[in-house]
Amino acid sequence: MDYAAVVVLEILYMISFIALVSAGLAIVFGMMRVINLAHGEFVMLGGYTTLACFRAGIDLWFSMLIIAPLVVGIVGLIIERLVIRFLYGRMIDTMLATWGLSLLLIGIVTLIFGSSAVSVPAPISGYRLGAYQMGGYNLFIIAVTVVLYVGMWLVLRFTRLGLIARGAMQSAEVASSLGYNPRTVYMVTFTIGAALSGLAGGILAPLTGLLPSSGGGYIAQSFIAVITGGAGAVIAGTLTSSAMFGTISQIVSFASGPVLGDIVMLALAIVLLRLMPQGISGRFFRNSQ
Amino acid sequence: MSDAVVETIELTKRFGGVTAVDRVSFRLGERELRCLIGPNGAGKSTFFKCLTGQYPIDHGGGRVLIRGVDIGGLRPNHIVRMGVGIKTQVPSVMNGLTVMENLWLAARRTHGWSRSGAEVQRVIDEVGLGDIARRTVGELAHGQRQMVEIGIVLAQEPWLVLLDEPAAGITGTEVERLVGLIRQINKTASVIVVDHDMEFVRMLGTDITVFYQGAVLTEGHVDDVLADARVREVYIGNRA
Amino acid sequence: MKVWPSIGQMRWGWFILGAAVLLAWPVFFDTSTPTLLLTWALFALSLGLMWGYAGLLSFGHTAYFGLGAYVYAIAVVNIGESTIPLLLAILVPAIVAAIIGAMMFYGRISDVYMGVITLVVSLILFKFMSATAGDKYVIGDARLGGFNGIPGFPVLNVPGMPDVSLFGVPLYYVAVVALLGCYLLSRWILARSFGRILVGIRENESRCELLGYSVPAYKTAIFSISAAMAGLAGCLFANWAEIVTPSVFSLRSAAEVIIWVIVGGLGTLVGPIFGAIVLGMLKLLLGEQTLIDNSLILGLILVIVVLAIPRGVVPALQAWFKGRARIRTQRAGHLRARRRIAAPASERTP
Repeated sequence: MDYAAVVVLEILYMISFIALVSAGLAIVFGMMRVINLAHGEFVMLGGYTTLACFRAGIDLWFSMLIIAPLVVGIVGLIIERLVIRFLYGRMIDTMLATWGLSLLLIGIVTLIFGSSAVSVPAPISGYRLGAYQMGGYNLFIIAVTVVLYVGMWLVLRFTRLGLIARGAMQSAEVASSLGYNPRTVYMVTFTIGAALSGLAGGILAPLTGLLPSSGGGYIAQSFIAVITGGAGAVIAGTLTSSAMFGTISQIVSFASGPVLGDIVMLALAIVLLRLMPQGISGRFFRNSQ
Repeated sequence: MSDAVVETIELTKRFGGVTAVDRVSFRLGERELRCLIGPNGAGKSTFFKCLTGQYPIDHGGGRVLIRGVDIGGLRPNHIVRMGVGIKTQVPSVMNGLTVMENLWLAARRTHGWSRSGAEVQRVIDEVGLGDIARRTVGELAHGQRQMVEIGIVLAQEPWLVLLDEPAAGITGTEVERLVGLIRQINKTASVIVVDHDMEFVRMLGTDITVFYQGAVLTEGHVDDVLADARVREVYIGNRA
Repeated sequence: MKVWPSIGQMRWGWFILGAAVLLAWPVFFDTSTPTLLLTWALFALSLGLMWGYAGLLSFGHTAYFGLGAYVYAIAVVNIGESTIPLLLAILVPAIVAAIIGAMMFYGRISDVYMGVITLVVSLILFKFMSATAGDKYVIGDARLGGFNGIPGFPVLNVPGMPDVSLFGVPLYYVAVVALLGCYLLSRWILARSFGRILVGIRENESRCELLGYSVPAYKTAIFSISAAMAGLAGCLFANWAEIVTPSVFSLRSAAEVIIWVIVGGLGTLVGPIFGAIVLGMLKLLLGEQTLIDNSLILGLILVIVVLAIPRGVVPALQAWFKGRARIRTQRAGHLRARRRIAAPASERTP
């Protein structure tokens, strides 16, 4: 019984991890069809921002929930103004330029923080569940992810901003006919996407050692989750693909180790992409958010 | 055994809740030239794309036979290999290549390496592309690109030619030239032309099939059909 | 049509000059670094052929480079003589690419998805190879070695003579022959119908389908050929480094080759070679100092090139030269016209 609970919690945690890390990329991809390969580095920046604030004595919760998204959001804004906005409509070029940006960001972070791993302590300690020791922080992450996705859904569904966003997701013309400059909408979207990535990075910082190269791990998972989720209904799609990948990855990991879990997840991604070129949302969620 | 070049039997094509083509049975004879006309949304382009293989034929959606061969499930390149030349609604040419290179690719599959060059020259002469032969297609005007695409179709020496809106975007003497070209093609191939331009269709002066709301409204010689009151009604508000 | 202006011609003069320089190099200079640069150049050429002419961008082309390296190492440890391992290093990537390519192209996926799938393939290989530490990960006599890779395997030897190894200057010559040979092969492909149809596919895939060509078959074929060349490059790299580690499958390696091709010039064969050699040299020089991180420079270059010279350096230079030539011709034309006007009436010929 306890073991079952632990397994379920671990799976939920994995799903949340993927969904949280992918949120920023999902918004940007769903809205602008931009594939930002520097997304992983945005997450990593969120982590390092949290670290820097923590070292400066700022409260950890404040650093990870407020400052990290703010800082990375600003970085995202700068990047959008300087690079991304010249490449709209050129998907492959955007992928290449953002790949370059990711290398650039890794270089800058290495310059400032050095290349060895650093860590941030977890603000919530563990607890016992029956015979097992659980990370309390993992529960927090699951909670945050739920709140975040519910929040995104609410904003898209019930606010004016959400309406404009959904319009822009359909096409740039819709946004202009609503009276909003699509370029501005894109700028705001990219900034919010970056902020979400920074938030994810801040929250996840206590869990693993931070390295300038951590971004690489995040981008692979989020990339796959978002693209398989599809651009149609970005929230439903990303959640579904996160759920699927998270579940399968954890089950395989439990059965034969984390490496195989990763590999099976990647292989599954290939199969899905091949079978469902419009992604999960294109196939199953044609009319929702 | 039917001697029809193209025959559709109760062809039906649905997209979600919309029935774009509704149980159309159609026949095109050997060396026949037929125009398909009808207002916007009548289903003629959808019908066309079912013939070219660009839209797959639905299960239970009837049959399409080209020279007796059921093309259900065949991809466009298989259908083209049978000897069918296709010109699409939006000019589909290789914009980054020259006119001659475009024609060469069209000629190559059917003529082989050594004879392609001569074939390219033949088409250039026949369609009148001499002035623009070495220009990059992307730089050409819309009407010129349409003619290049006609040339591409000709270079394959097909026995069935399917043209979707060949007169779109061209006017005046170019239209006359196009009519002459199509009549020339008709000497060796059966032709189906889909178009909106009534002047052009009248100039071709052949049998036409009128589409309306996914079905065939009427068929017959262009002069008779255009005098038909039902056809006039269907076109109220459109150029006739 | 003998020549296609859109594909460009083989310039024998430059080729012979380049070949001569490469062949004479060892007489004057050290060959160690040049050998490495040549393997990178071949790797870049393989991607440049597929991407520039057929329009297929593989984000994870390094998978085949790495496969060539690993297959060679594993095979040579087991067999002892290097001829078959060399052939396997070319064939295995080709076959794997054919399978993956067929799956992608017959499924008619978009080029964005092709980028994702190819990237994921190289990620899978990276993760897998990194995790193969320990005695139970063995193929025949070769221990896969996980993150540390496979060290100390026999290098290439003269076919049939296992004791005569090709190392140092002979390896350099093998690399030169490989690069020149693959360059000629690429030129040959482009001069044939196959190459021209590939260019047509790049320009307008659906029109090529409407011309009766089986587009997925052509794409799979060039993907496979390109992978074979990348595998050969990987095998040579393995011989130069004398060790094979999972870094051959890394995201860094995948990014670098793309950067070389795009900076050197997409749409030419020489461009990628040039890009690989120059940027490779830059990387090695930068690697020796720790002031500015390698990633930073590489990233900056990629961003600037994508924004400012999207077609790459070599085509930009070619265009610049053509522009100057045109101005010169125009000036000469104007000069002739002026002389004609000034000449007496009897000498004016139309």
